Amino acid sequence: MADSDTEDFVTYGTPLDPIEEDEPLKKPVPLHDQTVKDEKGRFKRFHGAFTGGFSAGYFNTVGSKEGWAPSTFVSSRQQKAGKVNSRPEDFMDDEDFSEHGIAPREITTTEDFTSGRQDTIRDKARALNSLVAPIPGDTVLEDLIAPARTSVGVEMLKKMGWKEGQGIGPRAKRKPRKQNVAEAGTRIYSCALPPNGSEESEEEEDEYTPENVTFAPKDVMPIDFTPKDDPHGLGYRGLDPHQALTGLPGMGHIDLFTLDSDRTSNLLGTGGPKHRRKGGISGEAFGVGALEDADADIYDRDALSNYDSVLGGEEPGDGLFGWTAPAQYNKKTKGSSRDASYLGKILEGFTLASQASEIKTIFPPPELPRNYRPVHYFRPVVDLASTSPMVAQVLMESKGHMPQQTQEKGRHQLDASQRRDLLGESSLTGPASVFDLLDNKDKERLEGIRRLAGVGASGAMTEERRAAVVAAGVAAAAAKASQSALSSLPQTPGSEEVLSAWRSPTADTSRSFRPFEKNPPKQARYDQYISKLKQGHKDALESSLDGSMTEWERGRERDEFVRAAMLYKPSSSSLSSRFTRAKHEDNEDMVEVAQEQEGDVNDKQSAVKMKMFGKLTRDTFEWHPDKLLCKRFNIPDPYPGSGLVGLPKVKKDKYSVFNFLTLTDSRPESGGPMGAQSQPDSSPLAGPPKRAEPGKKSRWDMSERAGQPKDALSEFLSEARSEASTSQQPASSQPAPAPSLTPEPPALSQLPPETQQLQEEEEESRPPMDLFKAIFASSSDEKSSSSSEDNSEEEDDEDGHRQMELQPPGPLNTGMDPSALPVPSSAAPGAAPGAAPGAAPGAAPGAAPGAAPGAAPEAKPPPEQPKLPAAPSKEQRQEEEEFGPKLPPPTSSWPQLPASSSVPQGDAHKKKCKEKHKSKKEAKKKHKKKHKKHKGKKEKKKEKKKKPIPEESDSTSDGSADSDSDADDLPGSISTEQLLTRLKSLRGKKYE
Amino acid sequence: MAFPLPRPQPPQLPHHLLRTVDCKQGAIRAVRFNADGNYILSCGGDKTLRLWSASRGTLLKTYSGHGYEVLDADGAFDNSHICSCSSDKTVILWDVASGLVSRKLRGHAGKVNCVRFNEEATVIVSGSIDGSVRCWDTRSRRPEPIQVLDEARDGVSSVKVSEYELLSGSVDGRVRRYDLRMGQLHVDFINSPITCVCFSQDGQCTLSSSLDSAVRLLDKSTGEMLGEYTGHKNTSYKLDCCLSHKDTHVLSCSEDGYVYFWDLVEGSVSLKLPVGKATVQSLSFHPSEPRLLTAMEGSVKVWGAEPEDTVEDQGQQ
Repeated sequence: MADSDTEDFVTYGTPLDPIEEDEPLKKPVPLHDQTVKDEKGRFKRFHGAFTGGFSAGYFNTVGSKEGWAPSTFVSSRQQKAGKVNSRPEDFMDDEDFSEHGIAPREITTTEDFTSGRQDTIRDKARALNSLVAPIPGDTVLEDLIAPARTSVGVEMLKKMGWKEGQGIGPRAKRKPRKQNVAEAGTRIYSCALPPNGSEESEEEEDEYTPENVTFAPKDVMPIDFTPKDDPHGLGYRGLDPHQALTGLPGMGHIDLFTLDSDRTSNLLGTGGPKHRRKGGISGEAFGVGALEDADADIYDRDALSNYDSVLGGEEPGDGLFGWTAPAQYNKKTKGSSRDASYLGKILEGFTLASQASEIKTIFPPPELPRNYRPVHYFRPVVDLASTSPMVAQVLMESKGHMPQQTQEKGRHQLDASQRRDLLGESSLTGPASVFDLLDNKDKERLEGIRRLAGVGASGAMTEERRAAVVAAGVAAAAAKASQSALSSLPQTPGSEEVLSAWRSPTADTSRSFRPFEKNPPKQARYDQYISKLKQGHKDALESSLDGSMTEWERGRERDEFVRAAMLYKPSSSSLSSRFTRAKHEDNEDMVEVAQEQEGDVNDKQSAVKMKMFGKLTRDTFEWHPDKLLCKRFNIPDPYPGSGLVGLPKVKKDKYSVFNFLTLTDSRPESGGPMGAQSQPDSSPLAGPPKRAEPGKKSRWDMSERAGQPKDALSEFLSEARSEASTSQQPASSQPAPAPSLTPEPPALSQLPPETQQLQEEEEESRPPMDLFKAIFASSSDEKSSSSSEDNSEEEDDEDGHRQMELQPPGPLNTGMDPSALPVPSSAAPGAAPGAAPGAAPGAAPGAAPGAAPGAAPEAKPPPEQPKLPAAPSKEQRQEEEEFGPKLPPPTSSWPQLPASSSVPQGDAHKKKCKEKHKSKKEAKKKHKKKHKKHKGKKEKKKEKKKKPIPEESDSTSDGSADSDSDADDLPGSISTEQLLTRLKSLRGKKYE
Repeated sequence: MAFPLPRPQPPQLPHHLLRTVDCKQGAIRAVRFNADGNYILSCGGDKTLRLWSASRGTLLKTYSGHGYEVLDADGAFDNSHICSCSSDKTVILWDVASGLVSRKLRGHAGKVNCVRFNEEATVIVSGSIDGSVRCWDTRSRRPEPIQVLDEARDGVSSVKVSEYELLSGSVDGRVRRYDLRMGQLHVDFINSPITCVCFSQDGQCTLSSSLDSAVRLLDKSTGEMLGEYTGHKNTSYKLDCCLSHKDTHVLSCSEDGYVYFWDLVEGSVSLKLPVGKATVQSLSFHPSEPRLLTAMEGSVKVWGAEPEDTVEDQGQQ
């Protein structure tokens, strides 16, 4: 098992039962219950450590109940009393003889039996002796008969891989025997000379020595300090008995250690000499023998370079502690402690120190300067505020640190603002200190007081001085007053204060009140004024006013601005800077909804059923992780600049329940036009959805607005319309509620495909919503505010819708000659008789202005239509309500010309709807949206189905209007697609 | 010289019962291996979290401090901390050695179903029945979460964290993958309450088990289904599923007392491991070895590929 290797716990015994949580703690056993029994189960009593222990006899006496009977001396003639030798054991208790007693009767190894091997140094000495002894191998037997007892240290060492004879310490890689080479020339005290052959073989071995083999260090007796007790000269050695006897070096050397001759030399601390004499008697100072060929090396030359000439020179920590000895000794330990590793395993429970124990370096105490006196005087603290600058300067200099000199700042010396700068954070907008909140006047006063205090501190506060200060203050005030009077001459009175107020750092233009919001240019000028004020321009007011205005206007604006600036001057905002703005506006009507909505659940469900996971079931949203989260995950922020977290949100009307009820809020809307198209007018059941229709206000409005700005287009369009209507009027037998509508749809339906494309393009290149909003903001406000004008809203809606459809002819008109217009109109007459009742009301709003007040206001934007006289529009409105939703899209409904049968139905329904409508005015909006919603969902589905199969679209539209004809399958399908694309583009813009 | 690689051995399945640990802490809600698989965390119904040695089955530590049953736990990569979540709406960060609560994170509005460390244990991600996933900072002492992911429309039953992604499975039947690197949220619709989600070891796939008794392997990048594994029973409980340590098999708990092993590629049941008669509530696969933990009722079982002698030896000691 893997963990058994990694875990190095040792488990002994049986584990205790886990302590239950609720278990009460065990009470400790009371003292009287802690009993001791002897081996026979009898209670034993503890009498005290020094009063008998557990066996104090009888009631702390010696003996028994009967008392202590001394042994009686009995001697008779038959039985002579022998001589009694008392032993200590006679006076001991039984316990004393047990294992832990003072006289255990166990068999133990006695000290005598051991051969004294525990002393390694003595060992070593003996080994040495044995080598030098005339009969070598003296200790071999002793080595063989090793006593069992060794000291703990030796056992530990052995467990660690140490072997007797080796040195203690980390193992080292074998070094080339430089040492020997270096010492070749030196005469040494060695006698166990390894034979030549072995030497060479060793060197050969060296070459083959694997790199990874390490060797124990030499076991070195560093220096033997044998006292010199003989009359020989220094360094004299007597005859080497081996050499003397054999004459051949190494031959007659009976040495049990020959095999590890290395060790021999180790023991002696030197390597053997490189060359040795060939034979004969040799020894120190023995002269040249007969067999010697050269007289070299007769005398031992001990060079002075072998000795240290400097105390504590090259080898610190060599264990010699200052002893100077021949250099050969000093080189022993060098480098071995570094990269060495123990061969043997490290004892259980021990680890190898990763770093050698630190050698304490003791630094000498610093040298004191000669004039140092061990007394410290504290320098007075310099308070810059209270002392005169001169004094302060002097003091600071004498202190040796001017404020400028304290530049070397660590991280912790930085203050908050410096750290802020380092971090690149923006500065706080609030005032830096309380003084910033003060008026200039107050500041001056403070300044004066401080000055006074300074004066008072430096010298006695005299009356004259106070008077002088007061006078100065008065003078300053006067000067200021006069200055302000002067400055106010060209400016409006009060502008000075405004300036001073706005110059304070707390002023924040962006947050300040916007008094002229209704008049953007004016507001812009005001903003400019404020910003200049902030920068401290004196002529802020004049320069920011509009030069093209009349003097009177300018004067008025000047007054207004100054007043506004005074009113909303940042003295209040200086306080408010202490507070933070609400992050979220308390907008009751709006609520945040995720920008991207999930796709339709039904589709997904069906996809899941078909096990078509993938695109159908996957939604991908933009998601902003928190900056800190990215940091914690070690990931760069995917949206570095955005302060957004989570999914991007948009604001929506709160009271549209669909924000909460549905996931597919926006898409059903896209089904809207289809709903309008396909919603049948037939059944009363269809009423509510129809009611809901105007609820799609937002989108309709948008399309309406979108249609509006194309002035040229709409003009063309309206012209065409009017023309058509005039041309049509005679032709149509119907009363003229909405004759003008008729021409358009045919026009659309007859459009060639290119123009349809054109039209699509135009839809896409619509200007952004903001423009429309800017233009129509006021009108839409009016709309939303007046609940009584719901009808007109509907009008607008429908109008917008129609307008949207009307646009397409635009390109046609512009692209073609206006003379082409009659073509649609000429097509219309045929269609008109049937279509008029059903279709006209839908077009009524657009046509109404044209029809009722005359053709002139044709080009008028529809939002103004509600303002038309109510009388003519009333009936229209009813019709609109009725027929509006069903307003057929150009392609599908227009060719449904012969749908005259729908007229009576519509009429009947109209009244119902009207009633309903009136009764429900209050709670309309919600209902509308709700219904719309339902419809939207249904229709969305239908749409989807429709796309691939054009026939189905017809069937749905058939369901909606039974007057549908099969004539236009193709255009119908095209129109749905068009509508979809249109809607998509609308949607896209809406959310931009 | 290069020898040809030995033939890959057939994957070993942990079907030998090595040890049964009676945890004595009520019903075991979840059992988890620690990061290296040497220790076991068991979340008990008696408000305690316990740490066991995986090799010996001995109890090492009991962590008590939750106010209600512990539902999930996870160990930090360096074994210095444990996080656990409970029905008491809190997430607790434990110091392993001392057994003390080093942070108690409150903020969820309901019981917290699942909890997970990120790779460096700097963030705790917890998913709760309140439908939110909260990311807590372990570095600072901030009491609020770094970020709340409240996209789920129902309780979050399972979260997983990869190097740069958060995976959450929710009862609303969706698997959400928050890609921090891309800044995107991918929502995969499963149409059945998700009980458990997993990343595959290679990080290319996600595994999700749902209450329609199916485990699905989805491609992470496209959301396409790579495999569907059925046969087990999971209709009412929040049961775990996982992948084996080499992604060869898909494992899932079952309510019929078995642990099902499916071959990942073929989708066929390769082993039905009988654990007991009751529902197998939780399982955890060893990160690097064929070793499995199952939790049923009050006991945890350790399963291995082979009956290992060493283990038993140690057990005898």
